[in-house]
Amino acid sequence: MNPWSSFKRIGHMVRKEFIQTLREPHMRILLVGPPLIQILVFGYAATLDVRNVPFAALDLDNTQESRALIAHFSASRYFRLKKYAARREELREGLDRGNFLVAMEIDSGFARRLRNGPGATVQVLADSSNSNTALVALGYLNQIGAEFSRGYQIDRMQRTAPERLSSLPQVDIEMRPWFNEGLESTWYFVPGVIGNVLLILVMMLTAFAVVREREIGTLEQIMVTPIRRWEFILGKTIPFFLIGCVDAALIALAGTLWFGVPFRGHLGVLAAGLVAFIVAALGLGLLISAISANQQQAMIISFFFTMPMITLSGFGTPIASMPSLLQKITYANPLRHVIVILRSVYLKGVGFDVLWPEIASLMGLSLLLLGVSILRFRKSLD
Amino acid sequence: MSLRRILAMMRKEVIQIWRDPRSLLVIFAMPLVQLVIYGYGVNLDIKRIPLCIYDRDATQSSQDVLKHFQSTDYFRIVRVADDYRDVIDHIDRGTCTMAVVVPPQFSEHLRSQGKAEVQALLDASDSNTASVSMGYALAILQGYSQQVQLDWQQRNGIPPVAPNVTFQQRTWFNEDLESMSNIVPGVVAMVMAVVGAFLTSLTIAREWERGTMEQLIATPVRKLEIQIGKLVPYFVIGMADTALCAGFAVGWFHVPFRGSWTVLFACSALFLLVVLSLGYFFSVTAKSQLGASQSALLVTLLPTFLLSGFIFPIDQMPVIVQGITRVLPARYYVSILRNLFLKGTAVQLMAGDIAALAIFAGVLILLATRAFHKRLE
Repeated sequence: MNPWSSFKRIGHMVRKEFIQTLREPHMRILLVGPPLIQILVFGYAATLDVRNVPFAALDLDNTQESRALIAHFSASRYFRLKKYAARREELREGLDRGNFLVAMEIDSGFARRLRNGPGATVQVLADSSNSNTALVALGYLNQIGAEFSRGYQIDRMQRTAPERLSSLPQVDIEMRPWFNEGLESTWYFVPGVIGNVLLILVMMLTAFAVVREREIGTLEQIMVTPIRRWEFILGKTIPFFLIGCVDAALIALAGTLWFGVPFRGHLGVLAAGLVAFIVAALGLGLLISAISANQQQAMIISFFFTMPMITLSGFGTPIASMPSLLQKITYANPLRHVIVILRSVYLKGVGFDVLWPEIASLMGLSLLLLGVSILRFRKSLD
Repeated sequence: MSLRRILAMMRKEVIQIWRDPRSLLVIFAMPLVQLVIYGYGVNLDIKRIPLCIYDRDATQSSQDVLKHFQSTDYFRIVRVADDYRDVIDHIDRGTCTMAVVVPPQFSEHLRSQGKAEVQALLDASDSNTASVSMGYALAILQGYSQQVQLDWQQRNGIPPVAPNVTFQQRTWFNEDLESMSNIVPGVVAMVMAVVGAFLTSLTIAREWERGTMEQLIATPVRKLEIQIGKLVPYFVIGMADTALCAGFAVGWFHVPFRGSWTVLFACSALFLLVVLSLGYFFSVTAKSQLGASQSALLVTLLPTFLLSGFIFPIDQMPVIVQGITRVLPARYYVSILRNLFLKGTAVQLMAGDIAALAIFAGVLILLATRAFHKRLE
């Protein structure tokens, strides 16, 4: 075996793959389009923050207190007063139409009960078709209500027993959000996009590239050339490995330069994690190509894999809120590990000492996937 | 136009689909897998946040504060730290999202000065989880503070009335605040986008790639007949998938369905026409299966997933992006689905959305038809 000629054969394979991938205008756009769109969407649009929730108020009490409560809500950045309703039906209708998400009804006697009695109750209706928004909005609602009560109490003590006010005990909590001090969802999503885009791009390109040869019948032509199996596999995967690296670098640059996502860790740690992940994605692509007969199958199967992988990666929803069985399953998902690495390196700036389990699992997964796919591949070629 | 030729075309397409039962199985299994994962796995409701506590005061009152965190469903104590480095380490590793630290002399400050503070350290890389956790923590502390105040008032002979405002909350449309009910409409739309655009994007491209298009060109079949013959089988699959998905969601996951099934199927048919035409358009223009399917993915699936309001609420997006979502058919479809499933909104109220879908369908059918040229190059 001559290493030079095998090197040359791989080089030819790589060149052919590049030409095939890049010659079609559709494909050229696709190498840049999806990463760009994803980063723009996740940079600008995708946010689970809940702010400016439109609300409506029906004030049947119409006292200074009830107006103060409403003012308290519209002054906060979480709620925006959309409608001062005059009748109860308006609340119902507006919720039905989706004009506002929260409706509150302050009954007459609100101020009286607040002044004399055990406390006043406000009826709140919330549109919970989006359960997350509803849950968060209701949380804010209670918070603002508690602030209002406390302000009211202090106000009253000032009038009745000002000398005692200073000794009224109070416990506060001081919040220190670390790593993402401004609570920007962009910071959270953009590093994850790198993993998402890489998975889809590398896996699909690899799977399609091999299956296409089989479908069109050129695989048999390649088999009669002197190229060896491992050379073929290397020649097939190197171009997509490179494309993956370029794409990763592009998104990383855009994230840092355009969206100002801080990069606090070491490039070396990130690179180690990304390379291990790309190899895993290549292995997955090869595996898919080994078990599909044509491109349609390859596409459907890769789609069948990607959707659960993304859902169970912690990219959009926190893994900690999944049931414990599913949490365990996520450890077999390469995307989960790379997203942890990406976020930790970007935002937390931690190094190998913290991230080695993730990197090691990625390497293990990629070896496993590559091994299985090469074994399957040998069979499918025979 | 000849019905016989259309039927022949359809028959060929059905045979080709049928020949590959594995793909067919996956097409029908996919929505179910999605529903199961979302139904059991994905929870946008943030609860049981992993919490680390560090009590540097170790008195009755500091234990009282921490007990308040223990007794809620919102937090789950995973670690009782005994030094500061341990706290930082756990946050770094991501094993806990929040750490509550009670400073030394907490109870003494509370007794002597009447003011005391605990500290919450958060891993805020996930901004949403962080802000929700902060809300929970604040509420718990407010509760504790109020209790302390009441105790104090009692001890000092001030009538212990807390001028309290409580909210009697009622949530409508999704009473139990289940993410599932929110997710199902999205899954239906996504499955449609996949079946509709993805699969059809391959049909014509495959003929070009394999060279069988030239044979088709030599036959008397017209281009409109090809189009109809190719799309009808996928239309049927798409509708069946929708029915399966909706049926499974309602029958198995007990997602409420409050609207009319007729409206559901009519709107689904409209949306399917939109995505089928899009897929066909790419299939005709790209001429390779990879290019066509990736373009279809880019134009249908990504927007359906990200910009339709399915996961990320549209009204929280910047105004420009909100404008962009108006040209996405998926947005209207998801909104119709959500209304049908959860609100049972009357058709008249959804007329705008339905009209938008119909316009999209019309334009795209026209576009797809005009893009196809049955001739050799």
